[in-house]
Amino acid sequence: MSQVTKVWTAFNGLFAGLGAQFRAMNKWQRYSVYGLGIIALYLLPYWPEVPVLGQIVNTPGSQFETVMNDQVIIFVLVALGLNVVVGIAGLLDLGYVGFYAVGAYVTAILTSAHGNLPWLLALPVAVIISMLFGVILGTPTLRLRGDYLAIVTLGFGEIIRLTAKNMDWLGASRGISNIAKPPSMFGLKFGVLDAKPYFYLGLTLVFIVIFILHRLEYSRVGRAWVAIREDEDAAELMGVNTFKFKLWAFTIGAGIGGLAGVHYAGKVGFINPDNFPLQLSILFLAAVVLGGSGNMYGAILGAILVAYMPERLRNFADKRVFVFGIVLVLMMVFRPEGILPKRVGNEHKKRKAKAQAGEVAS
Amino acid sequence: MPDWLIVRTFWDLTVTGLALGSIYALVALGYTLVYGVLRLINFAHSEIFMVGTFGALLASTQFLNVPLLENGNYPYRTGMTLIIFLVFIMLIAMLFSGVGAVVLERVAYRPLRGNGDSFGAIVLAFLTAFVVSLVFVDEAKINVIIALLGTAPISYAYLRYFKQGRQAPRLAFLISAIGASTAIAEAVGVWSKNGRDQYQTPRLLEKKTLFTMFGTDVRIDYVIVIVGALLMMTALTLFVNKTRLGRGVRAVAQDAETSRILGVNVDLIIIVTFALGGIMAGGAAMLFTLVYDQTRFNIGFILGVKSFTAAVLGGIGNLKGALLGGLLLGLVENYGSAIFGGQWKDVIAFTMLLIVLMFRPTGLLGESLGKARV
Repeated sequence: MSQVTKVWTAFNGLFAGLGAQFRAMNKWQRYSVYGLGIIALYLLPYWPEVPVLGQIVNTPGSQFETVMNDQVIIFVLVALGLNVVVGIAGLLDLGYVGFYAVGAYVTAILTSAHGNLPWLLALPVAVIISMLFGVILGTPTLRLRGDYLAIVTLGFGEIIRLTAKNMDWLGASRGISNIAKPPSMFGLKFGVLDAKPYFYLGLTLVFIVIFILHRLEYSRVGRAWVAIREDEDAAELMGVNTFKFKLWAFTIGAGIGGLAGVHYAGKVGFINPDNFPLQLSILFLAAVVLGGSGNMYGAILGAILVAYMPERLRNFADKRVFVFGIVLVLMMVFRPEGILPKRVGNEHKKRKAKAQAGEVAS
Repeated sequence: MPDWLIVRTFWDLTVTGLALGSIYALVALGYTLVYGVLRLINFAHSEIFMVGTFGALLASTQFLNVPLLENGNYPYRTGMTLIIFLVFIMLIAMLFSGVGAVVLERVAYRPLRGNGDSFGAIVLAFLTAFVVSLVFVDEAKINVIIALLGTAPISYAYLRYFKQGRQAPRLAFLISAIGASTAIAEAVGVWSKNGRDQYQTPRLLEKKTLFTMFGTDVRIDYVIVIVGALLMMTALTLFVNKTRLGRGVRAVAQDAETSRILGVNVDLIIIVTFALGGIMAGGAAMLFTLVYDQTRFNIGFILGVKSFTAAVLGGIGNLKGALLGGLLLGLVENYGSAIFGGQWKDVIAFTMLLIVLMFRPTGLLGESLGKARV
C-alpha cells in the first residue's frame, strides 16, 4: 500500500469511527446532537464573530448572512427539489430554473405588479402555480426518455425566461420591483438591509421541506420513484404507474423550486429575467450531482458548496468560475457518485432490520 | 398578396435561415456522433466550436498576418489567394477543434469510463496543481511553474486510481461535460488577449451579391456556408459508411461490448468519433466567422444549445437527422422572428422542438447511427 492510500484510509477511518460512535448512542443522546446541530445552524449568521471559525468561514467582500440567505438557502431549497426529480426519480431536468422563476414571478405579480396580496398569501398560490407548471410541462414530455427530456426541459426554462423578458405584462426586461416582504413575526422584522430574519425564515422552510421529503422518500411514492430510476420497464411491469409517479416527482420538484423563488423574491424585492439564466439551471444540477444525487443530504451539501465556495474564494476574482469547472471535472473523475453517494438497494430496510435486531438483543 | 414582413422577405429569410441552419447542422453532427457512440450529451461540444472560432482568428491574424483594416479598408483578398487563405483558415480551425475534442475526451470522459490513461492523468494532475496553486498566488507564470512541479507526483497518484477501472454513472458524464465546458470557456475568457471582450476577425471575403434568386440578392458568404457545410457533411457520411474506421464507428454505436469482443478497438473508435465531431465543429466555426466576423469566449453556449436542439429535432444519433434538424431549425427561427418578432426567436425554436417530440418522441428521423440505414 502506498503512502497516499494509507493516509486516505486513515482519513476515511476517522469519519467511519465518528459514524459508528454516533450510531452507538442511545435515542436521547442522538436527539440532543441533532438539537445542537440545529441550534448551531440557526446561529450561523453569528459564526464569523467566533474567533478561529470566523476567519475560516467568513466571506471576504460580501456580507456573510446575505451570502447565507441569498445564495446558500436558495440553492439548498432548489437542490432539495431538484434532487427529487433528478436524484430520486431519475428524470434529467435541465430547466429547473423555470420553476424557480415561476415562483418568483407569481409572487411579484400578486404582491406588486398586478395585485396587492401580502407575501404570506402569495406563497401558497405561487407554490401551487409552480406545481401546475410542473404538470403542464410534465404531461406531454414525461413520456420522453432520458436525454430527450433533458433538452425539452432546457427549452422550457428558456421559454419561461424569454416570455418574462418579452411580455410587458410581466415587466419585460425592466423586471418587477417593490415585491412585498414577508410579514413581521416572532419579533423578526423583514427589512431591506438585515438578511438575518430572511435566513431564519429560509432555514425553517428548508427544515419543513426536508421533513416532507423525508416522509415521502420512505413512503410508497418514494419507493416507486426509486424503482422508476433503477429500471423504468421493470417498475412498469411490477405494476407501478410510472407516468403518474414521474409526474408527481416533477410536480413536487416544481413546487419546491417555486418555493425557493418565492423566498428569493421576498428577500430581494426586485426581480428581472436576467436573474434566471439558463446557466443557473446547470449550476443547480451541478450542485445536486456534486453532492450526491439521490441522497438528500448529499444534495444539500452540494448546494452549500456550489453556492458558498465562489463567495468564499473571492480572492480568485475572475478565475473562480474556471476553478469551479475544473473542480467539477475532478470530482466526477474521482467521486462520480458525488460527495455523499446515495444508499443503494434496500439499505433502508437493512438498517431497520438491524435496529430491530438490536432492540431484541438489548 | 398581403404586405406582411414574412411575405416580402420570404426568400431573404430562406437564404439566411439555410446558412444559419447549415452551421447548426455541422455542430449538431458532433453531438449526434458522440451521442450515437457513447449515449452521452457532450455538453462541452459548444466550447469545441468556440475553440474553433479562435483557431480561425489565430490563423488569419497570426499565421497569415492579416490586419483587421488595411489603409482604412477591409483586407479583402481575391482569386487564388482568397481560396488558399480560406482553406488554410478552415484547416487550422478544424485542427484546433479536432485536437480540442480529442483532448476533452481523454481528460474529461475517458477516466469516467474506467479507462483513464497517462495522458488524462497528466493533464488532470496539471490542472489540479494549477487550481490549488491559485489559492496561494495569482500570477499566471508562477502558477504554471508550481503546476508543472506538482504534475509528476499527482499524476502518479491519479494513474494508480485509474487502474481500479471504476465506471461512473451516466449523470457523472454530463456534469463532467458541464465542468469542462465552463472551464474551457472561462480559460479563454480569463487568459486570452482581449479577455471577455469581443474579437473581430479580419474580413477576407468581400460580401458581394453572387446572384439574384426570386428577387433576393444571395450573398456569396451564404453560398459558401451552405455549400461548404453540405460538402463536409457528404464527406462525413462517406467516411462513416465506406471506410473501415467508419464501420467501426457504426459497430460501436450499435453495441460497444460486442464490437470489443469482435476485435474493434473501442477506445480508438471513440477518439475518432470525437475527432470527427471536432472537425465538423471547426468547419462550422470557420464558416461562422466568415459570416459574422466576430467571436467571443461565450459564443459557444447558445449556439451549442441550439445545435443540440437541432440534433434532437432530427433524431439524435442520426447523421441525416442532424442536417434536417439544423436546416429546419434555422428556417423556422428566421420565419418565426419575421412573424412574431426577433425577440421570440428562441421561444419558437424550443416550442417547435416540444411539439415535434410530442408526436415523434425520438425526433423526426429517429435514432439510427448504429442501424443499417445511416
